[in-house]
Amino acid sequence: MNITINGELLTIKSAALVEILQNFGAQPPYAVAINGEFIPQSQHGNYVLNEGDSVELLSPIQGG
Amino acid sequence: MQTKDCLTIYGEQINSRLLIGSALYPSPAVMEESIKASGSQIVTVSLRRQQSAAAGDDFWQLIKNTGLKILPNTAGCHSVKEAVTLAKMCREVFATDWIKLELIGDDYNLQPDPFALLEATKILIDDGFKVLPYCTDDLVLCQRLNELGCEVLMPWGAPIGTGKGLLNSYNLKIIRERLPNTTLIVDAGLGLPSHACQALELGYDAVLLNSAIAGAGCPITMSRAFKAAVEAGRFAYKAKAMPEKDLAAPSTPTMGMPFWHQQ
Repeated sequence: MNITINGELLTIKSAALVEILQNFGAQPPYAVAINGEFIPQSQHGNYVLNEGDSVELLSPIQGG
Repeated sequence: MQTKDCLTIYGEQINSRLLIGSALYPSPAVMEESIKASGSQIVTVSLRRQQSAAAGDDFWQLIKNTGLKILPNTAGCHSVKEAVTLAKMCREVFATDWIKLELIGDDYNLQPDPFALLEATKILIDDGFKVLPYCTDDLVLCQRLNELGCEVLMPWGAPIGTGKGLLNSYNLKIIRERLPNTTLIVDAGLGLPSHACQALELGYDAVLLNSAIAGAGCPITMSRAFKAAVEAGRFAYKAKAMPEKDLAAPSTPTMGMPFWHQQ
């Protein structure tokens, strides 16, 4: 199954969000949105992705 | 007994009237020193795609170590949906319901989109956010944002990063007069400490800036200058300025003038 994570195309075996984040090397703190919708951390454990989903993994950065 | 003259943001008392950004500094060390020198109690941050985990974590550790209150922003968002999603992500990562709501309507001057701003503000306030909207200096927009429940408004001085100062001090003055109980912060466009001083002299409660310090030749020294400027501006506002006159009025007494004016 193909998804994108932070704009990068990825072929994945498991559709479980937590495994995808782990394989991507996600480092806390971060927040996740899928197809433009915020997915709270409390829902990560049960969340399963679908073909073509777009994951955004965001972390703190400088801001003005 | 005189109560302490504090800035109030959604019921929280803040001792500094300068809110500072964390971007564009020449190095993390200069950023840290500049933030310290500013005396600020609130620092702005953002969220972006996780790239180098180590670099991002270093930045975040440094900001956390300052112990300052965090004000996340939605910089770069062009639609209500983007801004609302990013605000929710910020709330989770930074564990705060404060959000500096930025919604850009024009890429050329980064002018806030007033219509989308109102829409996003309503959604976020209904969701429990304490919204600090970055807006234009339009009185009616400010009134509408206030009616939606914004206790803080942040009209621009000038477009972001221009350093032009208060381009329309008339508008800013009118907003101050018409919304006397709202916390008003000039956000964006300041370049010099005198610009910050002017904002405080007009009765604005604080200023939020980044480029003016980070882009200065010596950011740490400029940071000290801005700290002094907001203090001077606030004292001047509290002191109430003398009335302006069109004609000269002598300050030295004219009674008892010496011989050279005698007939």
